[in-house]
Amino acid sequence: MLKKLFGGLATPRIDYIPLEGRLPVPVNILLPPKVTLVLDIAMDAKDAILPKIGDTVKTGQKLTLVEDGRVYAISPATGTISAVTPFRGEMGQVGTAVLIDTAKKEDPDDQFAAAAQEPALASAAAFLAGLPGNPPFKVFGDPEKSIHTIVINGADGDLLVATQQFVVQSRIDAIAKGIAVLKRITGIENVTLAVPVNVMGGYGSIGAEVKFVDTAYPSALPHMILKDVLGKVIPAGKGAEDLGVCIFNAEAVASIGRAYEDGKIPFQKLLTVIKKDGSKGLVSARIGTPVKDILKAVGETVADRDRVILGGPMTGVSIYTLDYPVRPDTDALMIQDKDSIPFVSDYPCINCGECLRVCPAKIPINMLVRFLEAGQYQEAVDLYDLYACFECGLCSYVCVSRIPIFQYIRLAKYELNRIETAEVTNV
Amino acid sequence: MFNQKKFIVSHAPFWHDESKVSVRYYNILIATLPAVIFGIIQYGMPAVAVVSLSVSSAIFWELLMNRLTKRPITITDGNAALIGMLFAMLLPATSPWWLVVTGTFVAIVIGKHIYGGIGANPFNPVMVGIAILTLSWKGFLNFDQALLNYDLGYSMVYPLAALKNFGTVAIGAFSPGDLLLGRQSGGIGATFGLGLIIGGIYLMLRGFIRWEISVSFLAGVFITALIFHLFDGARFGGPVFHILTGYTLIGAIFLATEDSSSPANLIPMFIYGAGGGILTMLIRNIGIFHDGVVFAILIMNILNPLLDKIRPKAIGKVV
Ligand code: SF4
Ligand code: SF4
Repeated sequence: MLKKLFGGLATPRIDYIPLEGRLPVPVNILLPPKVTLVLDIAMDAKDAILPKIGDTVKTGQKLTLVEDGRVYAISPATGTISAVTPFRGEMGQVGTAVLIDTAKKEDPDDQFAAAAQEPALASAAAFLAGLPGNPPFKVFGDPEKSIHTIVINGADGDLLVATQQFVVQSRIDAIAKGIAVLKRITGIENVTLAVPVNVMGGYGSIGAEVKFVDTAYPSALPHMILKDVLGKVIPAGKGAEDLGVCIFNAEAVASIGRAYEDGKIPFQKLLTVIKKDGSKGLVSARIGTPVKDILKAVGETVADRDRVILGGPMTGVSIYTLDYPVRPDTDALMIQDKDSIPFVSDYPCINCGECLRVCPAKIPINMLVRFLEAGQYQEAVDLYDLYACFECGLCSYVCVSRIPIFQYIRLAKYELNRIETAEVTNV
Repeated sequence: MFNQKKFIVSHAPFWHDESKVSVRYYNILIATLPAVIFGIIQYGMPAVAVVSLSVSSAIFWELLMNRLTKRPITITDGNAALIGMLFAMLLPATSPWWLVVTGTFVAIVIGKHIYGGIGANPFNPVMVGIAILTLSWKGFLNFDQALLNYDLGYSMVYPLAALKNFGTVAIGAFSPGDLLLGRQSGGIGATFGLGLIIGGIYLMLRGFIRWEISVSFLAGVFITALIFHLFDGARFGGPVFHILTGYTLIGAIFLATEDSSSPANLIPMFIYGAGGGILTMLIRNIGIFHDGVVFAILIMNILNPLLDKIRPKAIGKVV
């Protein structure tokens, strides 16, 4: 647990702790007996063609879930499908989980190998969307966004996480290859690599302009990267792609480089494991590996009322079951002991102003929170800039009254989104 | 699947800096102690009685309101105790018990709870309490009358009253050093300038009060007093005198900075503080009251919601 790090006069800041000295060696997690593949489509969706129990799949086999190929998944292992169940993510996200009993012997699928001969955006989009690092190829297929700049984020957005930094330091060749491929398939020449200031370089011939990211949280979140590194401000409620910028994680770019070089889709995901005692280490696990297998491999035990978090302490997602799998965008796994879980309260805002001072988006949170508590979401948008929030969590972190401010903000956005969707479908 | 462990599931962030409302108010209470203890040493048992009664009755009213409004009991958050403490600091040591109890009633019930409790009060509850008393029972808050029977080895006239009635010749006896060390008559916890400043610095460094407000309040007093003094040195006291007398220091440090009734954005904090300081001097120099701090702060409290509308544009806001 981090104590209050700033006095009353100083500008509040919490620093990322960089990966320093000799690079750690990631612990390799063996292929578990079962892997879970998460598909972004509801089980009961009308046009879904779901895999069947008992079917066998090869490593790298593409499972197309809708006729037109819009939604697909690539099996991370060879084996037999043993279950297909609905999957619920954060904020009611729906999906389908496919459980695969892994076979001893890997049987690789070679569909991608053929496509990899001639790198093209189409083949990348058709095979590589689930790569470690979760490359956002979808954005290029959106006719409303014309992307002209690619930013590669080599810094980790959340505190304590060291995954992207590690990739930048240990897989620079793969990143360089990935950059070359990206340039070729997208035709975009404008590529920037953003790395933490204190991460040692050697980026000479990487093929991208190298820029540095400050050490204060949340400098490595996409909004801040765009603002500080590119000097572009993302309008409230929009994303980087609305400005023509596509952000890739360093790991995604390295994975792309590897995929085209080997003609094989890589499935090993790197993640930072943060244990209860605050120590951290890196592991490399097959996508789909259940959290419990990782914990077992690193020797961490969990008890009732602990908290298991995918991601870091400020922006992660807590999960309720250790069967939850490692996904392409899972950068960290954090375990919090039940005794160090801070409580939230329903105490009123005392107008101390601490939140205003830390908010990087300059949102009048002391006022906003009053409207959110009352459920007046539209007023929160109109008067108090709800949509300018880019979800760093600092306001909840410092709130003296321990109001779950950030949680309220998420809820408000979710509810507004629901209303909007309902209105759209009604016309 | 069924004998699975049960985890705590909630939304990010999963960390907190461990600040707490009670820690904040207890720290402010601690910061009042140098000034309060000095007052007690000076005025003896009557001061002890006023302070104890004020704090305990404030807590009592808070408890009563919690019960009546069927809300959670909040007396442990330190806010009621702080209101009681600050209220006592403004009173003369000889205040009768009913005055103290009435004052805390006004502060807690009318100043705080009627508006919805902590964080919702538009006025500083202590100021509401003292203002009502000043208007209702003027004599008891007249320090010259109230402290008539004390002889502490220095001139027992209330400096601001002396200045108002007789001009600067009457205050020649008060050197800044004496004023700073509390050799002046006044409220129990309002005279020991050095103690108040020490408390204030502590709170600013720990971030429990917003220094912008305190500093600009004092600057407002200083500059306005200086202008008046240069204009007519025989009638108007100098800036240092005004900063070290009356409720100026306790006002700048403990009263103007009350969370709920003061602004939280940077520029409004400066305007609010400076405005309070300027108004204080205007009331002292051309108004009818000896001290202007109470009404100056109340007036700024009214302006607070308006002032706090001046705020930085949110990043990414499209107008
Ligand atoms: S999470 Fe809170 S502090 Fe961060 S941008 Fe949003 S409102 Fe501001
Ligand atoms: S930090 Fe919490 S209590 Fe303080 S102003 Fe912000 S919301 Fe209110």
